[in-house]
Amino acid sequence: MVRKLKKALSGIYVTLIGILLYAPILVLIILSFNDSRSRVTWGGFTLDWYARLFANSQIMDALWTTVLLALGSAVISVLIGVPGAIGIHAMSRRGYRAFMLLTNIPMLNADIVTGIALMLWFVHFLPLGFGSVLLAHITFNIPYVILSVMPRLQTMNISVYEATRDLGAGPVYSFFKVLLPQMAGGILSGFFMAFTMSMDDFVITYFTKGAGINTLSTMIYGQIRKGIKPELYALSTLIFIIVLIILTVFQFVSGRRERNKTYKERYNE
Amino acid sequence: MSDVILQLDSISKKFDGKDILKDFNLELHRNEFVTLLGPSGCGKSTTLRIIGGFVKPDSGRVLFDGTDITNLPPEKRNVNTVFQKYSLFPHMTVAENIAFGLKLKKKSSKYIADKIDYALKLVNMEGYGGRNPESLSGGQQQRVAIARAIVNEPEILLLDEPLGALDLKLRHDMQRELIKIKKEVGITFLYVTHDQEEALMMSDRILVMNKGIIQQEGSSKSIYDEPQNAFVADFIGESNIIDGIMVKDLLVKIQGVDIPCVDTGFGTNTPVDVVIRPEDLEVVSKEEGFLKGTVTSVIFKGAYYEIKVLSDGYEWMIQSVNPAPVGEVVGLTVLPDNIQIMHKPASDDEEVVRDE
Ligand SMILES: Nc1ncnc2c1ncn2[C@@H]1O[C@H](COP(=O)(O)OP(=O)(O)OP(=O)(O)O)[C@@H](O)[C@H]1O
Ligand SMILES: [Mg+2]
Repeated sequence: MVRKLKKALSGIYVTLIGILLYAPILVLIILSFNDSRSRVTWGGFTLDWYARLFANSQIMDALWTTVLLALGSAVISVLIGVPGAIGIHAMSRRGYRAFMLLTNIPMLNADIVTGIALMLWFVHFLPLGFGSVLLAHITFNIPYVILSVMPRLQTMNISVYEATRDLGAGPVYSFFKVLLPQMAGGILSGFFMAFTMSMDDFVITYFTKGAGINTLSTMIYGQIRKGIKPELYALSTLIFIIVLIILTVFQFVSGRRERNKTYKERYNE
Repeated sequence: MSDVILQLDSISKKFDGKDILKDFNLELHRNEFVTLLGPSGCGKSTTLRIIGGFVKPDSGRVLFDGTDITNLPPEKRNVNTVFQKYSLFPHMTVAENIAFGLKLKKKSSKYIADKIDYALKLVNMEGYGGRNPESLSGGQQQRVAIARAIVNEPEILLLDEPLGALDLKLRHDMQRELIKIKKEVGITFLYVTHDQEEALMMSDRILVMNKGIIQQEGSSKSIYDEPQNAFVADFIGESNIIDGIMVKDLLVKIQGVDIPCVDTGFGTNTPVDVVIRPEDLEVVSKEEGFLKGTVTSVIFKGAYYEIKVLSDGYEWMIQSVNPAPVGEVVGLTVLPDNIQIMHKPASDDEEVVRDE
C-alpha cells in the first residue's frame, strides 16, 4: 500500500517536473534551431542563430563578464570561506551558533535588500563596475561555501588532526596533507554552488554594477523592451547544455567514489 | 640515565572554571605498563593530552627525561598516541598511514618499507598494507593505529581507551596482543581505561583516579586486595562497603556486632569504612555467623552463585559456589584477614556518623 503510494507520488513528481521545467526548456532548444523569427511556426533547421550569437560582441562581452565574475567570486569565496568554516568550527558552542546565524542571514535575506544595501555602501568607497560586482558576489557566495564545507568538518574526527601532529607534522603540513584532502568534496561542491549562484544572480548584480558593464542577466533584461532575439535562445541552450555536462560529470565522479566504497565494504564482509 | 622517563610535576588544569586536574603528580619509569583507571570525566584523557602536547596545563611542568617539555608542541615530543578511534587518515592506504611519521622524518624508502613490514607483522596484519582504512574492522583499524605509532620508535606510547569501541571478545584478544607488543618493543606504555578488568589484567602499575586526583596507586594485586578508600574499593571489583566502628586494635564493630580483624592503629571507637569482598563472605547457619540476615535473592552466574542477604538494612553481596535458600535466615562469617578497614574520608561524612 505504502509502496504503491510512494510509486504513484514519485510518478506524479516526475511528470510535474517534466511538464513545468523540462518541456519549456525543450521548446527553447527547438526554437534556437528554428529558421524563423516566429515563436510558433517551424521554418526549418538552421544554425544561423548560433553564428549570429558568436558574432554579437555585446552578448559575447556579457558572457565573458559573467563567466569571469562567476569564476573569480567562486575562487575567492572558497579562499575565504574554507578557513572561515574551520575557524567557526573550532569556536565554542555559543560562538559557533552565533556565527552560523550570521552566515545564514545573507542567504535568507531578500536579494533586493542585499543589493541596495551593498550599492549604498559601495558608492562611498569605489566606482561601481566589475570590482564592485565581484565584491558583491563574493559577499553572497561565502555562506554557500561555508555551508557546504561545514558538514565535512563535522564528520571529521578531531583525532585525525591530532594524529598528524602526534606523528610529527606541523600545523601547516597537517592542513594541506590531511585536512584539505578530506574536505575536497565539500570544497568542490561549495565552489560549484558559488559559481552557479553568481551566474544566476540578477538583482544584486543589477544594483551594484554601475553603467559600464553587463552580465548576461542584466543585458537580457535591458533588451526586453526591444524583444528577445533568437540569438538568446541559442545562448540559453548552450548554457543549459554546459550545466548539464558539468552536473553529469560531477554525478559520475562522486557516484563512482560511492560505488568503490560499497564494493570495499562488501569485500570486507 | 635515570629510570624515570616522564614526570608530571604538580599539574593543574581548569576547563570553564572547573578544576579538572589539581596539583597532579605522576612518574613513569622506563619500560613500564602504567594504567590510568577512573570513571568517565575524571581527567584521564586530559592527563594524556597534556603529556601528548595537545592541552597546555594552567600550571605545573611536564618533564621528559629531566627536560621541561611543557611548552613543546606535539610534533616535537618523542611520544606517540593511539587514539580511541577514527584517527586513521581515510584517504591513505594502511601502508601510507604507517609511513606518515617516517616520511616526515625523511627516512629512506627502504627503511620505511622495512618498518611497514615489521609493524604489520607486529600487529598481526601482514598483507593489509594496500587496504583502505575504511575497509577494515574496528579492531583492525586500532591495530593499524598502534603500528602507525610504534614505527616512530617513541619512548612512551600513550593509549587513550584504544579498545573502548570494540566488543568484549575482541577486546580480550586485543588485550593479550597489546601485552605481547609491549614486551616486544620494550617501551613505556601509559594506558587509559575505565574498565577495571582491563587495567587489572594488563598493567604493571595502576593509578586509580577520581575527580582529577590519584586515589591510589600500586600493582593490580595491591589495588584489588587492599583498597585504601571507599572509592577505590567500590570502583575496583564489587565490594561490600559498610560503616563500622574500630573498637580497638584488632576489633571492629559492624551492625552492632564485634568482629575480629587484623588492622591496628586506628585508635579506639573510631568510625571507619569496612570493605569485604563478596567472595570472602561465607554463608553458614544462623547460629554460626557473626551477622544474621535473610536471603533475598540467588542468581547463578556460571562460575558461582551471587547471593544477596539483607541484614539490619544493609544488603550484603556474597559470591559462593553453593546456593542458599531464598527467604531463610542465615549467618555470615568472614576471616579476619579478609576484612579491610579504611579511614573515612576527611569530610562531613564523619559528622553524620557521629550524630547517629
Ligand atoms: N577542551 C575541553 N573544553 C572544556 N571541557 C573539557 C575539555 N576537555 C575535557 N573537558 C572536560 O574535562 C573533564 C575531564 O575530561 P577527560 O576527557 O579528561 O575525562 P576522561 O577521564 O578521559 O573521561 P572519559 O572516560 O569519558 O573519556 C570532563 O568533564 C570534560 O567535559
Ligand atoms: Mg577520555
